[in-house]
Amino acid sequence: MGRITLDKVVKRFGDVEVIPPLDLTIEDGEFTVFVGPSGCGKSTLLRLIAGLEDVSAGEIRIDGKPATDLPPAKRGLAMVFQSYALYPHMTVRKNIAFPMKMAGLSQEEQDARIKKAADALNLTDYLDRRPGQLSGGQRQRVAIGRAIVREPAAFLFDEPLSNLDAALRVGMRLEISELHERLKTTMIYVTHDQVEAMTMADKIVVLRAGIVEQVGSPLELYKNPRNLFVAGFIGSPKMNLIDGERAKAHDATHIGIRPEHLKIVESGGTFTGKVLVSEHLGSDTFFHVKVDGLDEPMTVRAGGEVNMRHGDTIHLEPVSEHLHRFGPDGLRIA
Amino acid sequence: MSTQHSRSAARLMMAPAVIVLLAWMLVPLTMTLWFSFKNYLPLRGGDLGWTGFDNYARFVTSSAFWPSVYATLVIVGGVLVITIFFGVLLALLLDQPFWGQGVVRILVIAPFFVMPTVSALVWKNMFMDPVNGLFAHLWRFFGAEPVSWLSEAPLFSIILIVSWQWLPFATLILLTATQSLDSEQLEAAEMDGAPPLKRFWHIILPHLSRAITVVLLIQTIFLLAIFAEIFVTTQGSFGTRTLTYLIYQRVLESQNVGLGSAGGVYAIILANIVAIFLMRIVGKNLDT
Amino acid sequence: MARAVSTRRKTLTTVAAWAVGLLIFFPILWTFLTSFKTEATAIADPPVFLFFDWTTENYSVVQERSDYMRFLWNSVIIAGGSTLLGIIIAVPAAWAMAFVPSRWTKDILLWMLSTKMLPAVGVLYPMYLIFIQLGLLDTRIGLTIVLMLVNLPIIVWMLYTYFKEIPGEILEAARMDGAGLKEELLYVLTPMAIPGIASTVLLNVILAWNEAFWTLNLTAASAAPLTAFIASYSSPEGLFYAKLSAASTMAIAPILILGWFSQKQLVRGLTFGAVK
Repeated sequence: MGRITLDKVVKRFGDVEVIPPLDLTIEDGEFTVFVGPSGCGKSTLLRLIAGLEDVSAGEIRIDGKPATDLPPAKRGLAMVFQSYALYPHMTVRKNIAFPMKMAGLSQEEQDARIKKAADALNLTDYLDRRPGQLSGGQRQRVAIGRAIVREPAAFLFDEPLSNLDAALRVGMRLEISELHERLKTTMIYVTHDQVEAMTMADKIVVLRAGIVEQVGSPLELYKNPRNLFVAGFIGSPKMNLIDGERAKAHDATHIGIRPEHLKIVESGGTFTGKVLVSEHLGSDTFFHVKVDGLDEPMTVRAGGEVNMRHGDTIHLEPVSEHLHRFGPDGLRIA
Repeated sequence: MSTQHSRSAARLMMAPAVIVLLAWMLVPLTMTLWFSFKNYLPLRGGDLGWTGFDNYARFVTSSAFWPSVYATLVIVGGVLVITIFFGVLLALLLDQPFWGQGVVRILVIAPFFVMPTVSALVWKNMFMDPVNGLFAHLWRFFGAEPVSWLSEAPLFSIILIVSWQWLPFATLILLTATQSLDSEQLEAAEMDGAPPLKRFWHIILPHLSRAITVVLLIQTIFLLAIFAEIFVTTQGSFGTRTLTYLIYQRVLESQNVGLGSAGGVYAIILANIVAIFLMRIVGKNLDT
Repeated sequence: MARAVSTRRKTLTTVAAWAVGLLIFFPILWTFLTSFKTEATAIADPPVFLFFDWTTENYSVVQERSDYMRFLWNSVIIAGGSTLLGIIIAVPAAWAMAFVPSRWTKDILLWMLSTKMLPAVGVLYPMYLIFIQLGLLDTRIGLTIVLMLVNLPIIVWMLYTYFKEIPGEILEAARMDGAGLKEELLYVLTPMAIPGIASTVLLNVILAWNEAFWTLNLTAASAAPLTAFIASYSSPEGLFYAKLSAASTMAIAPILILGWFSQKQLVRGLTFGAVK
């Protein structure tokens, strides 16, 4: 079981309130991702849940039981750190065994769990090596192994993939998702990478400056961003956000159109401009377009076979049902 | 970045170190300050009452004061110049590839591990003795009159001994700093057509400036306090009485504790002035 | 610098470096050689370098006449004891400052360093008085305590810089894994810091061994370590170079060997981390 409830949790460093009163519930078995730009308080929030930081006010409950004043060791959570934080003086086997040793498990039980974890994570051949002799991906697996054997109420991941190279990152992303499918344990995952958030999460919590901007499933966030910030943060390439006269025409302060919701038309169209750069990815083509009267270039997603070059004139028409409108307070207008 | 629990544990664990050092600093320092305002002669009447700033005035007006300041400045300055100049040269030399780097490094560093009393005595007797010293042999070999080093060139002799002890320290630190110089930077300068001397002046020396400052400050603090080297060679005669040695003599030899304590307060102030600069550098390094 | 260097240049550098190295090392070498000469050979003119009748007589004479072993033992006790005591006090303090830094940590560290810069002579008489009052004058325990205090700032600093290199996340991982403070220090921090602690010990043994202000001024006969033993040779009594050399060799040999092992740490320890 691993239902985690935050009730009016506040964190202050000195006089600085990094997390203003915050309520959040993470359901048992849910894969929750905290996402936001660096400095948004997502790691602090994770560390509060872990018990590595004290909350300044409010309450944290794990499975209904108050955990606010429990030391990290007593919360029954496991954490995978950004730097993996393996014990360099211990072999892989000893690293994985350490939490069980601390918990006083019998040797047979320890061996059984190590074997199971090593099989699941392809670490069997490396059990007697030290972390220094492993690659980044292998170290990551050891860190996960060390977390699994505790059979925790929830796993906490603090940007676990940011130290891996791009190719490895995609692979590990899948492995962690698979792990979640298999274990069905609550996982809280912190990242600044919205692609990781979109691909892995059951539930995304978008944070900015310690404030929860929106909570929802990846598609909810994508389809109905609650405000300008979420609209700009979720989705890749970013949503085109336009203010001024063109927004006023829609009774809004800002309008937003995702690159895939702009149609290239032969002539006319709402937006006309010149292609600045075209990026051919094979399956898709992205055009960055300088539109007359707009400061920022617009991004358009087209099919892989569309071929336009720098300087070509392009006419664009938004798909009206996918047009997002935002009011003067930045909130979405329904 | 921590919890209440770990913070209180931390305070508890820091307490012993802080308390002993606080006592070590405050108790004797307070006593020195106390004595410095007293006319206190343990062997000639003991505590003869308060004298205000008399000791401070007498210490700086005594005939021994200015010569001791001079001796201190010459010794500290001389050793600093020698160790840093040759230290930079040696660091550059030892940084080049050559056969037996490890062994030579060990040879160069060795003097630093020789206890001050040993190096002073060895130099005094086996090298500088006007009759049997190696220098005397050497001088006679060239038909020159042997020099009585410690009485004829006392400051130079002490500078030589102390420099020999501290050159390894300067060399080692400057060598460490040299090795941290990015070789790509030098190669870029070479590509830009800078000749070796220019490369030294514009790239190597600025890179070493921080290490040089550190050597300068740390050595100054230690050199201001040199004692054993003078104690076993000249006992402060022939104009080698430094400030430290003068205070030592006032306190323990002539047992004028009040006067010596006033001198001690001067020494403490002097050391602190140097220390402030060192702390700035070290403190800056802490922030990274 | 991974660059190919011409053999000619390397040869020249080798000659120069060895020449300088031997020149700097010469006084030690000469002392070592002289310790195996007779007193007459020791002052022979022209000096004899290698070809003389080697004798170990000086060593036994030094031991017999001045009880070298007692001074050696005092040095070992004082240097070892003060370092051990310092480590015991410094490890927790350095842990606290490295891993639970507070607003005050930097100031405390710098203040500790500043106590190291207090000129000893400035507090000579008070220490003398305190030692007499407490009956510590010329005792090993008294000197051990003073040298511990003198070197404690360096010990704290060195350990602090070593501990700083251990990522805090590893200790947090231990906490997440269920380790309490005791287990964290015992199973994770200490094993990881062993090399750092070892070099700290090494450097401080050297510093305490060679300390020559307090050891000269606070001891007389019974607690005097090797520094004071050697200083007693400063009064010239006839021909004694060979014996002086033997005594000197015995006084510096142990620490020279330790010193060579600790040369890397020397930089860190003596510059308080300002040069690495």
